[in-house]
This record gives sequence, C-alpha cells and structure tokens, in this order.
Amino acid sequence: MACDDRPLLSARGLTRYYGRILGCRDVNFDIWPGEVLGIVGESGSGKTTVLKCISARLEPSAGTVTYDTRTEGPVDIHRISEPARRLLMRTDWGFVHQDPRDGLRMAVSAGANIGERLMAVGARHYGQIRETATNWLGKVEMDTGRMDDLPCTFSGGMQQRLQIARNLVTAPRIVFMDEPTGGLDVSVQARLLDLLRGLVSDLGLAAVVVTHDLAVTRLLSHRLLVMRHGTVVETGLTDQVLDDPQHPYTQLLVSSVLHP
Amino acid sequence: MTGALRIEGLEKSFVLHTQGGVRLPVLAGLDLEVEPGECVALHGPSGVGKSTVLRCVHGNYRADAGRILVRHREGVMNMVTAHPREVLAVRRETIGHVSQFLRVIPRVSAADVVAETLRDRGTDRESADDAARSILHRLNIPPELQQLAPATFSGGEQQRVNLARVLVAHYPVLLLDEPTASLDRENREVVIDLIREAAGRGAAILGIFHDAAVRDAVATRVVAMDTGREAA
Repeated sequence: MACDDRPLLSARGLTRYYGRILGCRDVNFDIWPGEVLGIVGESGSGKTTVLKCISARLEPSAGTVTYDTRTEGPVDIHRISEPARRLLMRTDWGFVHQDPRDGLRMAVSAGANIGERLMAVGARHYGQIRETATNWLGKVEMDTGRMDDLPCTFSGGMQQRLQIARNLVTAPRIVFMDEPTGGLDVSVQARLLDLLRGLVSDLGLAAVVVTHDLAVTRLLSHRLLVMRHGTVVETGLTDQVLDDPQHPYTQLLVSSVLHP
Repeated sequence: MTGALRIEGLEKSFVLHTQGGVRLPVLAGLDLEVEPGECVALHGPSGVGKSTVLRCVHGNYRADAGRILVRHREGVMNMVTAHPREVLAVRRETIGHVSQFLRVIPRVSAADVVAETLRDRGTDRESADDAARSILHRLNIPPELQQLAPATFSGGEQQRVNLARVLVAHYPVLLLDEPTASLDRENREVVIDLIREAAGRGAAILGIFHDAAVRDAVATRVVAMDTGREAA
C-alpha cells in the first residue's frame, strides 16, 4: 500500500437534510484500497445517512462523492447516469444490511441468492454458478448441504453470513456495512467478526463499517470517524481515537463502554 | 539524525472532559535518541509517563508538541504529523510495540496471531506459520496451546504470545513495555536472550523494565524520568 496512490472513494462537503432536519453536514474523508473505515456515534448521529450517501442509496443535498472506477477513473457517483450507477452497485460495491432480510431474497434458495448476483454481472453457466456459490458458502463457514434451503430456515447469524457471501461473490472493491453484527448474539458476533476480518484482509477489500459498537470497530477498522449531531467530531487511527480520545464526546463514548 | 529513533521536545498532556476538563500534564519536553543496537531503559516511578512515551512513538497517543523521528524505509518519518496510513506502514515495517496486555481477538489461535505479523509484511503463509511455531516454542508455548485462542491463557502465557507476535519479525525499532512483568524466571531468561539478539541484529530498543535484573541484563543506557521531564 503506497502512500501516493489515489483514494478509492472520497467524500467532500457531504451534506444531507431531510426537509429541515439535518442528516449530516460537511463530512469529508477518503478511503484507500484495502482500508477499513469505521463510523461510530450514537443513534441519530448521521452515520447511516453518510453510508447511504456514499453508496448512492441516498442523494446528498450538497457535496460530492468521488469513486475511482476501474475503467474511467474517478467519477462523481451522484452525477453519472443511472445505468452506470446501477452497474457499480452490482459489480464494484457490496452493501451488507443490519437486517439480513433487507439484503437477501427470502423466497429463493441460499444458492440462488449468491448465484443471482453472479448472473447480474453476466454469468450464465449453471454448473459454474453453482460451483462458485458452493465455494462461497464454504468461505462463510456454512454447511454447503444447505445450498438449496430457503434463507427463512436459517438462523440470524447464518442469514448474515449468506448476505455477506451474496455481496462478495462478484469480487467488489468496496463493501458498505450497516451494523453488520447488530442483531446477533455475542458468540455469533465474534465468529462473524473474525470471518469479516479474514475476508477483508485476504481479498484486499476496502470497507466502510457503521456501528455503535466500539469493540467491533476496534477489531475491524483501521481508521475511525466519530459522528455527533450530523457532523464528524474526531477522526484518526482506530486505536488512537479509542485510547487517546481528544473530543469531549469521544471521551464520553469511550468511557461509557464496559470493554471497548 | 544518526539514530533509528529520535524524540525532540515531546509534550503530552491529557484533558479529561468527562471529569470537569481537568488537565494532566505528563511529558513536558522530552529529548531522547536511540541508536541501532542500543537498548535504552526508561526508568522512574509509576505515573511518570514512561508508557506514554512508548505510546506516542507508536502513534497510539497523539503528541501535543515536539517531533518523533523514525528511520523508515529510505527516509525519516515524523510520527507526530504522519498520516494515519503512514503510521500503519511504520507499524507494519519499522516499529514493533510490545504493550503490557495482549488484546485478544476472539477465535484466532495464538499461532495465527503471531503469524499475522509476518503475513502483513508480505511473508507467505507457510514461512510465517513456521516462524510463528518456532518463536512460540522458544517462549515455551507448547504446540497444543498454540492452536488455541489466547483468551483463556494465563497472564504469563498471554504476555509470551504478545512478545512472540512482535519479536517474530525483525523490526528495526522495538518498544518494550514491561515485557517480563508476569513471567517466571525461566521465561524471563528466554526474553532476555531474545532482546539481546534483537539488539545484536541492530534493532534500536526503547523499553521499560521494572525488574532490575532484567534491566541490568539488557539495557545499554538508562534514562531516568521524573515529573514529566527527562532528568538524566
């Protein structure tokens, strides 16, 4: 990871209002390839708004989000055509929702959930799609014998792992995650975190992880943004922000946790 | 700068906003240089800021003023002003930090925790695993324990894993925060040997050693610290 290369994604002056209500204001950051950025803050601090704006799920009121595409170099994702944006979302990006039911198709099998993303990028050979899907179920530590079962027969932790497989099968360059371990019990959380850590470093993925859980962010992210009332109050290396927090709000956040 | 590490006018205080904004000054202008092959021991009473020095050098704490220059790749990096990505590169390649406590990662085995240091530096999996096994063996972590996650290990075992994960790589700069605090005599001797070997390879070592026997065995120079200022 050289220090003079280009960021994969840059947010500048990112601002979003919901009518008169502030979502986020003047948010600036860069993410480089292979880097995991954590966004922490309490409920309503604007972290999910930022995540939606940088993943083209929500249009900002002001500011730009620049993404370094494989073919055309940096583009403003909110200015390109809808088909171009859709293509990025299908191929280069993954989005892991807190509730796996928002990211999975519950009425089709586990294998089809993975295969569908592949077909969306042009895969047509049934045998190969099935093989890749099987392979990915293995990578997310799922019993490949459950390939033809519906996601509604899976536990929450299994559904979350399936959602991750569905996202990673197209070899995205950046994955956006909204509270990926949110609804899971602690032992399942640890397993999922370990899995995510391994996948992110093996695949050289960039990721943005929104969470209110500081322990999650310490394990997963290289750098941290701390948000409050829609603005970024502190940024830095994860261990530096958590061990030597400067802003009063970050100090409050860190001191309120039992085991950060 | 001739050394591998040079600290100039380092200042650090902590402002506790959650406790009425009380300000705790810790370091008020520390100067220190460590040459390759040297082992400098920071010495002084608890709370004087010894660990804070190490943490500032590692980029874990943010310095208020001064410069922390580290010879990194072909140049010199100032850890006080370095971009977070540069700090990560320095930590990967140049500075190894043995902190007082191992921050355990759920489900990751001791062997993998140690091998990860080398894999992050580009070593292939097999060589990294071999090196991990070998240093854990030297530190008397038996093979059956190496395959377990260190969360359930004793304090001494965790400290040895913590040492192994840093000493497995040959960092040019080493920061050692009480590396023998919870070790028995046999393992203390192993750690003394490992520190001397690192110095023999030309590592610049800055450490805190409460145990006088260990300090006498490894330190080439002792720097006394009191009330936030270097005295000698």
